[in-house]
Amino acid sequence: MTTNQDVLIKVDGLRKDFGDLQVLKGIDAEIKKGDVMVVIGASGSGKSTFLRCLNLLEEPTGGTITFEGVDITDPSVNINKHRQKMGMVFQQFNLFPHKTVLKNMTLGPIKLLNMSKKEAEEKAMELLERVGLADKANAYPSQLSGGQKQRVAIVRALAMNPDVMLFDEPTSALDPEMVGEVLEVMKKLAKEGMTMVVVTHEMGFAREVGTEVVFVDEGVIVEQGPPKEFFENPKSPRLKDFLSKVL
Amino acid sequence: MHFINQIAMSAALKADASQGGFAAFWEDVCRRFESTFITEDRWKMFLDGLLKTVQITLFAAVLGLALGFLVAMVRSTHDLTIQGKKSSKFGDYVLKFFNFICNIYITVIRGTPVVIQLLIMYNIIFASSRNAVLIAILSFGINSGAYVAEIVRSGIMSIDKGQFEASRSLGFDYKNTMVHIIMPQALKNILPALGNEFIVLVKETSVAGYVAIMDLTKVGNTIISRTYDAFFPLISVAVFYLIVVLILSFFLKKLERRLRNSDH
Repeated sequence: MTTNQDVLIKVDGLRKDFGDLQVLKGIDAEIKKGDVMVVIGASGSGKSTFLRCLNLLEEPTGGTITFEGVDITDPSVNINKHRQKMGMVFQQFNLFPHKTVLKNMTLGPIKLLNMSKKEAEEKAMELLERVGLADKANAYPSQLSGGQKQRVAIVRALAMNPDVMLFDEPTSALDPEMVGEVLEVMKKLAKEGMTMVVVTHEMGFAREVGTEVVFVDEGVIVEQGPPKEFFENPKSPRLKDFLSKVL
Repeated sequence: MHFINQIAMSAALKADASQGGFAAFWEDVCRRFESTFITEDRWKMFLDGLLKTVQITLFAAVLGLALGFLVAMVRSTHDLTIQGKKSSKFGDYVLKFFNFICNIYITVIRGTPVVIQLLIMYNIIFASSRNAVLIAILSFGINSGAYVAEIVRSGIMSIDKGQFEASRSLGFDYKNTMVHIIMPQALKNILPALGNEFIVLVKETSVAGYVAIMDLTKVGNTIISRTYDAFFPLISVAVFYLIVVLILSFFLKKLERRLRNSDH
C-alpha cells in the first residue's frame, strides 16, 4: 500500500445527476503520482463526465474529490487555483482561435502564474520544440491540422506546469492518420513521469502506456486493474462483452 | 453662393432670348434652390440640424453601447453561471434580481415605439427640464441599449462552450475568461449587427423634432413651412442622412476588416 502522500487525486462516492438522469452513481478512485489511469467504456457510460468532474468542469452532485490533500468540492475552495495544477485536453482541442499558437500558450502563464512575457515565451518555445511545432509558433489555430492543434492543446496545458493532465478523448476528433502523432506525444509525457488520466477508445494506448485501466459502465466502475490483467483476464461479463466489441 | 444668382440671372436672360421651356424650368429650379438654401442663410439651419443629429446620434450610441454591454453582461452571466441551478448564495440572488430588472428593461424598451419613449421622457419624467437635446440623447441611448444588449448577448452565447471550458480549465476565473477569451471573439462576430444598430439609430433620431429639437428632419420641415416647397428640403435632408450613414458604414467596414485580419 502506498502512503497518503503519494495519492494525488482521491475520489470518494462521486455522484453526478443531470436532472433526473443519474450519470455517475458513486465512483471511488485513487490516482497516485506518476500513474497513467486510462478510463474506457461505451459512450454514455459516464467516463467523460467522471473526468470533467475531476477539475469541476462538471459540478458533482455528491461525493468528494481530494486533490493534493484539499477537498476541491468544498464550495469555499478557490477552484481556479487548483485548476492551474490540472491540465486538461479536450476532444475538440478548444484552442483560442483569435490568438496565435504562442499566445495560446503564454496567456495562462503570464496572467495566472505572473511569469514575464519573455520567460513564458521561452518556455512555450521549448515545449513547442518538444512536440515538433516550433515553426508554428506564430500561426493561428485555423492554419493547423487536427493533429497539430491537439499537440498545441497539450503543450498549452503543460505550459502551466500542471501536476496532473486530464485527457478527454484526445484522439476521437482526429483523422486516423493523425492519431499516431498525438498518442506519441502522450506516450512521451507518460514516460517522463507525468500523472495522467486519459479517457480514450485507443485500447492499444491503454495496454501499452496505462498503469491502471478502469472500465466504467452505467455510472460505476465495473472493473479495474493493471492493463495486462485487465485485457487478458477480464472478470465481469460486461467488460468481456465490451472488449469483444472493441478489440 | 453669388455665382448661383448669376447662373439664375443668365438663365433668365437666355429664357427671354429664346422663349424656351428649358430655360424657364431652369430659372424655376434656381429660384427654389435659392429659397431653400440661401434666403435668410437657410443653409446654416441645415448645417445646425445636421450637427444636432450627429451630436444626438453619437452620444446616444455611446450611452447605448455602455448600457447594452452592462445589461448583456448581467444577462449572460446569469444564463451561464446560475440558470437552472439551485443556489442559496447571496450573490446569486443579487444577480437574479438584476437579471430580472434587465429583462423588464429590454421588454419595455423593445415593446414600445421610440417616439413614445421620447415623449414620456420629455413630458413626464423630465417635465421640469427643457434641455431637449440631453433628454433626446438619454431616450435614444436607453432605447439603443436594449437592442445592443441583445446583440452582445447573442454574440457571447454564439461562442462555443469549449472556449469557456478551455479557459476555465487553465485556471482563469469567469471574469478573465470573458475579458481575454470570450469577448474578443464575440465582438468580432457581432460587429456587423452593431454597425446596423448604429445606422438605425442615426435615422431614428429623426423623430427628435417631436420635442422641439431642430434636428435635420425638423429643419427640413421648418423650411418647407416657410417656402411652401417640399422638393429641395426633403431631398437634401435625405441626402444628408445618406451621407452620414455612408461615412459611418465606411468606418465600420474598415474596423471589420481590421478585426478579420487579426486572425484567419
